[in-house]
Amino acid sequence: MLPIASLEMKTRDQIALQEAESKSMKITGAEAVIRCLLAEGVDLIYGYPGGAIMPVYDELYKFQDQLLHVLTRHEQGATHAAQGYARTSGKVGVAIATSGPGATNLVTGIADAQIDSTPMVCITGQVASHLLGSDAFQETDIIGLSTPVTKWNYQITKASEIPEIFAKAFYVAKSGRPGPVLIDITKDAQFDSFDFSYKKCLGVRSYNPVPTLDNNAVNEAAELINKAKKPFIVWGQGVILGKAEEEFKDFVEKSGIPAAWTILGLSALPTSHPLNVGMVGMHGNYGPNILTNECDLLIAIGMRFDDRVTGDLNTYAKQAKIIHFEIDPAEVNKNVNADITILADCKESLTSLIPLVEQKTHKKWIQRFDDLMKIEVKEVIDKDLRPNKEGLSMGEAIVSINKHTQGDAVIVTDVGQHQMVTCRYAEFVRSKSNVTSGGLGTMGFALPAALGAKMGAPQREVVAVIGDGGYQMTIQELGTIFQTQAAVKIVVLNNDFLGMVRQWQQLFFDKRYASTEMVNPDFVTIAKGYFLDAKRVDKRKDLDAAVAEMIASDKPYFLEVCVEKEDNVFPMIPTGASVSDIRLK
Amino acid sequence: MNKVKTYTISIYSENNVGLLNRISSIFLKRHINIESLTTSQSEIDDVFRFIIVVKVVEENVKKLIQQIEKQVDVIKAFYHTDEETIFQETALYKVKSSALFEERHIQNIIKESHANIVTVSPEFFVIEKTGFRNETDRLQQDLAPFGLLQFVRSGRISVTKSKMGISDLLSKFKKDN
Repeated sequence: MLPIASLEMKTRDQIALQEAESKSMKITGAEAVIRCLLAEGVDLIYGYPGGAIMPVYDELYKFQDQLLHVLTRHEQGATHAAQGYARTSGKVGVAIATSGPGATNLVTGIADAQIDSTPMVCITGQVASHLLGSDAFQETDIIGLSTPVTKWNYQITKASEIPEIFAKAFYVAKSGRPGPVLIDITKDAQFDSFDFSYKKCLGVRSYNPVPTLDNNAVNEAAELINKAKKPFIVWGQGVILGKAEEEFKDFVEKSGIPAAWTILGLSALPTSHPLNVGMVGMHGNYGPNILTNECDLLIAIGMRFDDRVTGDLNTYAKQAKIIHFEIDPAEVNKNVNADITILADCKESLTSLIPLVEQKTHKKWIQRFDDLMKIEVKEVIDKDLRPNKEGLSMGEAIVSINKHTQGDAVIVTDVGQHQMVTCRYAEFVRSKSNVTSGGLGTMGFALPAALGAKMGAPQREVVAVIGDGGYQMTIQELGTIFQTQAAVKIVVLNNDFLGMVRQWQQLFFDKRYASTEMVNPDFVTIAKGYFLDAKRVDKRKDLDAAVAEMIASDKPYFLEVCVEKEDNVFPMIPTGASVSDIRLK
Repeated sequence: MNKVKTYTISIYSENNVGLLNRISSIFLKRHINIESLTTSQSEIDDVFRFIIVVKVVEENVKKLIQQIEKQVDVIKAFYHTDEETIFQETALYKVKSSALFEERHIQNIIKESHANIVTVSPEFFVIEKTGFRNETDRLQQDLAPFGLLQFVRSGRISVTKSKMGISDLLSKFKKDN
């Protein structure tokens, strides 16, 4: 009898224990934040602590074996690092900051992620809810400030809202056309306890991220493609975000259509692919720009006709029929009216399209691109890559990086001349290898983004190519690189000028170089101050060995390449001019 | 296509704090002035409705609708011309009570305009008139000589002649998820 009684007793004890445990599932809002992140598969976040977010940081301390927090040296650096991480890993980047200045410092990175469709979740602390609107210490209306530059944002004032809002935030950030989401959490919501349970978000009734594919539109598109004599593809980042690189390559190869990329589409198709005819836009290649205004069919895939791509809209591809493959209905007929719009995820639409497309080669038409490329090589590329001046060119540095990385590095660029030169000449064999600030043109992007890019793809070589201007906008992130020992290779192409602005001053402002000349510090000494291996080259004969040494290093490495002060980037479409009025000099 | 016209934008949305800011920033970013804005509960529980009036070319209103619909908390947005909607505005007029008793003419004005007297006190009385803009304007002009203490007009409210189909949309979402 006795054993049974004790068994019963035990069972009753266990029940009591379970009840106690389920009651102890009450956790604080701060702990809930961490558990939400873990439930979303986040193992790495970038941020900077401060008063209003301290409860969450306290939990980060407790969870540090499951969730790595990288302390950047400025909140802007945290957003760009999260962006770089998202771009190479394909996952959602996460940045966290305190209220007030911590929150406002995130705004540039959020705006950058919004215009370049980068999935990111930003978390900000906020003053306690009873202080909202009282102009409390470090209170700022980050919801109001971030509204125009976020895909979605929300202010949490009750701990119990945390699981649902985090689930929705991650769902919104990565679904459809990705983008940044900001969650602002009052300090009392971080402290308060509640019964925690997490359910992933599978849908939001007011939000339809991926439009349903219209097969009739696909049929019509196939008909136009099969009839076209001079078809031309322009692809953008949609191919990469839609993970449609294979389908895209199959479509290009089967249809035999020459394809050009926007700056964010770069690396979705290998550089050496015979149908990859180069870049469109302001500093794109000669052929693709000229022939935009000669093709009879323009097939735009996952791109949004940015003004830097189209030049003057009134003279953009007017002779051509236009097919637009797009996931975001707001981009349809926004800048360029399409004859056929295929609203869907391009992986799905291309999969439907490929069987309907006839196998073709457009030899004569492709010859036109080759002929124009010969002109560009003679007039521009030869001078860029094999200059007969004493000073080094930016292009030479990129060629050397190509050589020593076998064209298989992740290349991170900032904004300006070096960005255009790098995107023109860097070679790529794999997708997700080009990380740059395209839409917003954020100087200071590259250094922190390179850190994130390396952490998002730790097995890959990551080379940041940065101008001397942009480098100094976020130079403090050398501290983060040193602390994390992320083996980022940093190349500063130093011309002691804000080169792109200087180029415009030379061409359009009669050489009045207003505030573009930089008196620069000793960059090598600064890098060494952060205990990084560092070198400077200013002679052609030393360049190759220096790049080789940098790439061979398994640690972070800084290389300053002193280049010609007043080189210009060509070809160029002057603002407001037609793509076919592209200048070679 | 390129003629500036009055368009009524109808938005069905979640009732979330901050959505008004998100929607108005779409107009701000494009430097488009909002002629009037009214928000209220819609015919569906938990669904909010915005009525926004703008004077733009059709191409612009189309782009506005695209951007509005893109917002995560917006269920659906539409635009309509005046011919496609039934619309009204309400105006309130506050007048000295002495005018009502001393000026016989004012009683005729109220009667002819089909306005309602909302309240009368020893000091003032308040008239309400619902109608088209020209009707509320005319009443304002007619009452002005008697000394309008206050005048205020609401934004446009409107319903469309065509069906909106929001309930179908929401029940489809419920079925799919």
